[in-house]
Amino acid sequence: MIVENSKVILSVKNLTAEVDGVQILKGMNLEVKAGEIHAVMGPNGSGKSTFSKVLAGHPAYTVTGGEVIFQGKNLLELEADERAKAGVFLAFQYPLEIPGVSNTDFLRLAYNTLQKGRGLPELDLIDFDDFIQEKLKVVDMDASFLNRSVNEGFSGGEKKRNEILQMAILEPKLAILDETDSGLDIDALKIVSGGVNQLTSPENATILITHYQRLLNYIIPDFIHVMAGGRILTTGGKELALELEAKGYDWITEPEAVA
Amino acid sequence: MSTKVSAKVNELKFSRHLTPFRGDGGFAKQILQQRLDQPQDLDLGLANWLKEMRQDGIDRIANLSIPNPKDEDWKYTNLAALQKHSFQTCQDTLIDPNFAQYVTDRILPEAIESHITMIDGVFVPQMSSIQNLPQGVIAGSLVELSRHGKFELLRSNLDRHLSQHTDAHDYFATLNTACLSDVAVVFIPKGVVVEVPIQFVFATSSNLSGVSTISQPRCLVIAEANSSLTLVETYIGMSTEPYFTNAVTEIWLGENAQLDHIKVQWEGNAAFHVGTTSIEQSRSSRYKSQAITLGAHLSRHNLNVQQAAEQTETDLNGLTLIACQKLADTHSSIEHNFPHGSSYQLHKCIVDDQAHAIFNGKIQVAKDAQLTDSRQLSRNLLLSSKSRVDTKPQLEIFADNVKCAHGATVSQIDADELFYLQSRGINIESAQNLLTYAFAAEVIDKIPVGSLRATLNSFVLAKMQTLLC
Repeated sequence: MIVENSKVILSVKNLTAEVDGVQILKGMNLEVKAGEIHAVMGPNGSGKSTFSKVLAGHPAYTVTGGEVIFQGKNLLELEADERAKAGVFLAFQYPLEIPGVSNTDFLRLAYNTLQKGRGLPELDLIDFDDFIQEKLKVVDMDASFLNRSVNEGFSGGEKKRNEILQMAILEPKLAILDETDSGLDIDALKIVSGGVNQLTSPENATILITHYQRLLNYIIPDFIHVMAGGRILTTGGKELALELEAKGYDWITEPEAVA
Repeated sequence: MSTKVSAKVNELKFSRHLTPFRGDGGFAKQILQQRLDQPQDLDLGLANWLKEMRQDGIDRIANLSIPNPKDEDWKYTNLAALQKHSFQTCQDTLIDPNFAQYVTDRILPEAIESHITMIDGVFVPQMSSIQNLPQGVIAGSLVELSRHGKFELLRSNLDRHLSQHTDAHDYFATLNTACLSDVAVVFIPKGVVVEVPIQFVFATSSNLSGVSTISQPRCLVIAEANSSLTLVETYIGMSTEPYFTNAVTEIWLGENAQLDHIKVQWEGNAAFHVGTTSIEQSRSSRYKSQAITLGAHLSRHNLNVQQAAEQTETDLNGLTLIACQKLADTHSSIEHNFPHGSSYQLHKCIVDDQAHAIFNGKIQVAKDAQLTDSRQLSRNLLLSSKSRVDTKPQLEIFADNVKCAHGATVSQIDADELFYLQSRGINIESAQNLLTYAFAAEVIDKIPVGSLRATLNSFVLAKMQTLLC
C-alpha cells in the first residue's frame, strides 16, 4: 500500500555490479518506501536475480558503482549476515538443501541470532516451539517439516513455503522475493502469496522479483518496474502487468535494442 | 629373548626392505625390552599362555620390517617421526588425580556398569565396573578374570581367536602380540542380547613421569550365535607430549550375531596411534562400525573384515576430523568370500589447516562370492587451502554376478550454502561450523549411544575453530 509521507526504506542510485568480470547491473535506480510492494519484472537475463543478490550481499557479485541506502545506512558496507540483522531478507529462487541440520535448529539459530543482534531475548527449545507453531499457520505448513533436514527432499512448493516461514520468523523490514512463484502449482502459489500478504504491513516493504504476471494476481503491487539490460526501463502501476501479459516484454525492450 | 630381533637379521632375510629404514632400526627391539612385567601372582596357566603368545610374536617380528613409504599401503604415512622416539612402558601404578578425572569423564553414562579402563595397558579396577550383565557374559581384563578362575573357561576361545584374525605379516599387530600382557575380553554366549553398551577405555598417561610412553592395548570380542552387543572403544590421552598407542582388536561374530562397534580415537595431539581392527563374520552375521578419528599427531587405522560365510552384512562408517599438522590414515578392507554378502561403507574426512587425511578402501570379491552387493562412498571436505586428502577406492572383483558401486568426492564448503545461512543473519564462522557439523552428522548420527552422539556433535559444532594443535 502506498502510505503518505512514509519513510524511505531503500534507496538505490545508479547501481552497477558485475560477476566474473561481466557487468550485469548497468545503473539501477529504485526507491522503496514503508508499506509499499514493488514488483520487478523483466525477461530472462535482464539482471533481476542479480539485483536481489547484490542487495542481499552475495560475495560473488562485485558492486562497481552507485549506492544503496537502507534505512539511512550504507548497505553495501555490510556483510550478508549484517544485512540480515539490519532487516533485509531474501527469499531464494532456489533454496539450498542442508542435509544434517534440522529445520527447527536452523530456524531457531537464525531467529536467536537476530534477536541477539536486536538486543532482544533469545528463545529456548520449548518457547521457540510455541512461537513457531503460530508461524507455521502463515504458510499452512505441517509441524513434521521442522524435524526434517533443511529443505532436504522438500518439493519445490515446500521449499518456497519454508522460505516464507523464515520470513515470518525473522520479520524483515525489507523482503526481497526472488522468483518465489516459479515452479509453483496454483495451490502452492495461493498459499505462498497468502503468506506474503499476511506479512506485509505499513511498516515494512516488499520487492517481488518475477518473470510472470501470474503472481501479481495474488499479491497486488503498488509499482511495477520492468528491467532489461541491467536497468529499469519502465515503471508503472499494477495495470502495467496486464499490458505486459498481453503484449510481452518486446514493446519495452525493443527500442532499447534499436538504440 | 628380545635380542633375537635385530636390524641385522632383517637385512639378511629381507633385502627388499633395505632402504630407507634398514629393517626398523631396532625400533621393535627397543620396545620389546619395554614389555610390561607379569604380575607376581599371575595365574600359572595364563602366565604360560601369554609367554607362548609373546614368543610367537617375537619369532614373527624378527622377519618383519617396519612399514615404509615404499610399501604401497604406507605411501602417504611416513613413520620416520615415530621411530625417532624411544618409547618406554609406564610401570608406575600411581595415577595422577587430574588424569583419573579426565579418564572418568570419558566413561559413557550408558556404560556406567559396563566399562573397563586400562591405563598404559594395565587394568584399573577402581575405574572399571562390570555389573548386572546377562548370565554367561564375560567381560573384563584377562589378568583380572584369571584371578577369579576364568582363564580355563576362556582358554579354548582364546586359542581359537586371539591372533587368528589379524594378518600374521602385519608389523604392528605382531609387535602387539610380542608384548602381550593382558587382553580386554568380551565373551557373549549363544543367544544373549546385551542391552547396555560395553565400553573399553584405553588411556595413556604419557609423560606424567617425564617419559614418552607406549601402550599396546589388546582387545578380543567373541559374540556367539544369535547374540547381540554394542561395543565402544575409547582411546584417549591428555598429554600434549608424544606417546604411542599400538592397539589391536579382534572380533569374531558367530552365526546371526550382531555387533555395533564404535571406535573413538581421541588421543593427545602429539600422540602416535596405530590401531588394527580385524573382524571375522560367520553366516548371516551383521557387523556395523563407526570409527571416529579426532586425535593424534599421526594415526593409522587398519580395519579388516572377512566375510567367512554366506549372507553376511558389513556396514562401515568412518569420520576423520583433523586440523593443524595432523595426519590420519584409514586403510580398510572387506573380503567378500561367500555368496549373498553385502557391504556398505561411508567414509568422511574433514581436514583443516595443513592436516592430511588418507583413505584407502579395498573391497575384494572372491570368485565364489556371487550376488555380492557392495557400495562404498568416500566424501571429503577440505577447510583450508593447505589441507590435503588422498582417497583411493580399490576394488578387486573376481565374481561375475555382483553389484559393486564406489565413489569419491573432495570438496570445499559450498559458497552458495554459506551465503544462504549468512542471508539469515548467521555469521560466516558459525555458518561454516554449521555446514561442517552437518557434513559430520551423517556419520555421527548413526552411533547408537546417545551420550556419545551428543558429545561428538557438540565437539564438532563448537570446536571446529578452536581445534588444539
